[in-house]
Amino acid sequence: MMTANLRRREAALAGIIVLMIFLIGLRAPIFLTPGSLREVLSDTSILIILVLGQMLVILTRGIDLSVASNLALTGMLVALLSTAAPWVPGVIFLVLAAAIGLALGAINGLLVWRVGIPPIVATLGTLSIYRGIIFLLTNGEWVNSNEMSPSFLGFPRLTLFGIDMFSWLAVLIALGVWFLLAHTRLGRNFYAAGGNPRAAVYTGIDPSREQFRAFCLSGMLAGLCGYLWVSRYAVAYVDTAAGFELQVIAACVIGGVSIAGGIGTVLGAVLGALFLGVVKNALPAVGISPFWQMGISGVVIVVAVILNARGERREGRRILRPATAG
Amino acid sequence: MQANQVSFGSAVPLRATIPDRLPRAAAELALRWEVLLLIFLVLVFLTNIQLSPYFLDLYNLSDATFSFTEKAIIALPMALLIIAGDIDLSVASIIALASTAMGAAAVAGAPAPVLLLIGPLVGMACGLLNGWVVTRFAVPAIIVTIGTMSLYRGISYIALGDQAYRQYPPGFDYFGQGYAFWIVPFEFCVFLVLAVVFGVVLHKTDFGRRIYAVGNNPTAALFSGIDVERHRLILFALVGLMSGLAAVLLTSRLGSTRPNIATAWELEVVTMVVLGGVNINGGSGTIPGVFIAVFVLGFLTFGLGLLNVPGIVMTVLIGFLLILAIAAPILIRRLMPARHRSG
Repeated sequence: MMTANLRRREAALAGIIVLMIFLIGLRAPIFLTPGSLREVLSDTSILIILVLGQMLVILTRGIDLSVASNLALTGMLVALLSTAAPWVPGVIFLVLAAAIGLALGAINGLLVWRVGIPPIVATLGTLSIYRGIIFLLTNGEWVNSNEMSPSFLGFPRLTLFGIDMFSWLAVLIALGVWFLLAHTRLGRNFYAAGGNPRAAVYTGIDPSREQFRAFCLSGMLAGLCGYLWVSRYAVAYVDTAAGFELQVIAACVIGGVSIAGGIGTVLGAVLGALFLGVVKNALPAVGISPFWQMGISGVVIVVAVILNARGERREGRRILRPATAG
Repeated sequence: MQANQVSFGSAVPLRATIPDRLPRAAAELALRWEVLLLIFLVLVFLTNIQLSPYFLDLYNLSDATFSFTEKAIIALPMALLIIAGDIDLSVASIIALASTAMGAAAVAGAPAPVLLLIGPLVGMACGLLNGWVVTRFAVPAIIVTIGTMSLYRGISYIALGDQAYRQYPPGFDYFGQGYAFWIVPFEFCVFLVLAVVFGVVLHKTDFGRRIYAVGNNPTAALFSGIDVERHRLILFALVGLMSGLAAVLLTSRLGSTRPNIATAWELEVVTMVVLGGVNINGGSGTIPGVFIAVFVLGFLTFGLGLLNVPGIVMTVLIGFLLILAIAAPILIRRLMPARHRSG
């Protein structure tokens, strides 16, 4: 029943996105051209990747507030490398960024798993720390596009069948995470750890170790996005992607990932990210001031939370009803 | 072990009396979070005095309070809310919206006393909306308030865009810039009074006891006749109200309103509360702890500022402090397992 509910939600969300694109197309036909839609996908791909990582953490009842800081720090590190060693090929940056991000994610994970700090507090702390380290590294200096090497800037812009590397990576990672969640023991453990931690312990799964692993993966994807982000916008500085973690969490919620853990699908998460991406790209196309974007996503998040709550309410044994309900 | 042992021998009546407070050993008192914080605060003071000749100056110290008073005022109700098991991440956005409302009213010609009403009222309305969504739909507060965080500041952006409100009526600047007497700022006095009020409410009233009950076990609290939902709603409204008050003080201090006012304050407020020894999962914490933590953070950043340490470096230190504050008790407990397991 739960899955049927989720399927219906995903279909509805997909329908809303298509309808939205169609309506925007009526106002601004240029929005419907393949080039424009490709650009929306490309522009949203970083958000999609981050949302997939965040979903893994949320599935295990964690939350990773440090993703944007991780992204900014990793992005700065690879940007500095590209200025110091222009001969490094683009793929190396990608691998390196993933590795750095993984290490930063592992720090979050260890704080949660080994020290026992609640995820929200641990990542609230590392959110400040990671971003602050960028300042300590650079003294607040920017790394601009003219200092970055051509391979650094060029790699994510390579195209295959007319679609750029940003979009391809998002698609590949979405498929990878889907496979992980649906067909590997690790992925099933994530659901088990978040769905019912106590039952997970009885079946031999250590929920906080699964949280550690989820944090590692989320960090890895955030690091990868660090390279993509800095290369895409061709600038690295202290405030890169500041506050972006909230959009990532918002997209998860819109996509039906339950903050209470154990519920969420790759398709939902991707749709949630696409929804925000379409809204962001559509506003200028239909001539609405970008200042509306924040308010709109706020309304969407609140509405999505309420809709989610109705779908996932678990009817357990209940003796007394809460006084205000009903 | 001994404390809980009840003997059912024939000479002893079957009714056992449970003491309100268990006797505390002196060593345990010394390990209380508030005491540790106080020692840390003294260390911060001594180090600052050593490092900068300008620190121990009454005028400087009184000026320093301006930089944390508004956040501290929100930290008080936030402590109650977190003890009750919820959290509100939208406080900084409530400041933005309340400040924008005051700015719009000021442009329309409202005098200072009216603005003094508008700010807290808008804040309380925002808090009530948070609380209503959280309790009515039984959804996690953290997600709802991430949503309303975008919503409230978003409205502010829609209203103002890249503009700012600057025309505040004469007399309005007193709340954030004035001195109540001698060198004691008015807003600092407001904080002191509120700290006492919140301390009394949490530690000396039934309402305060029920907040702990709600945070420790909402189901048990419900079964023992506490209207859990209403308590949570009141606390959300209270956080909104105090954020609105903070908006009055901040707007008055800055003399202008921009949509990006008080950005990221929610993290600093939560840090104050958690550093003050409030359990982020609810159920425990004290106002004195939060009160001391406010000064620890305030004077730490002020001292670093005197040493020309950039703000972003301070946030690194605060991040470390936050993690240490949570990790230390857990690690200490792990080092001394015997005492706590037996109790």
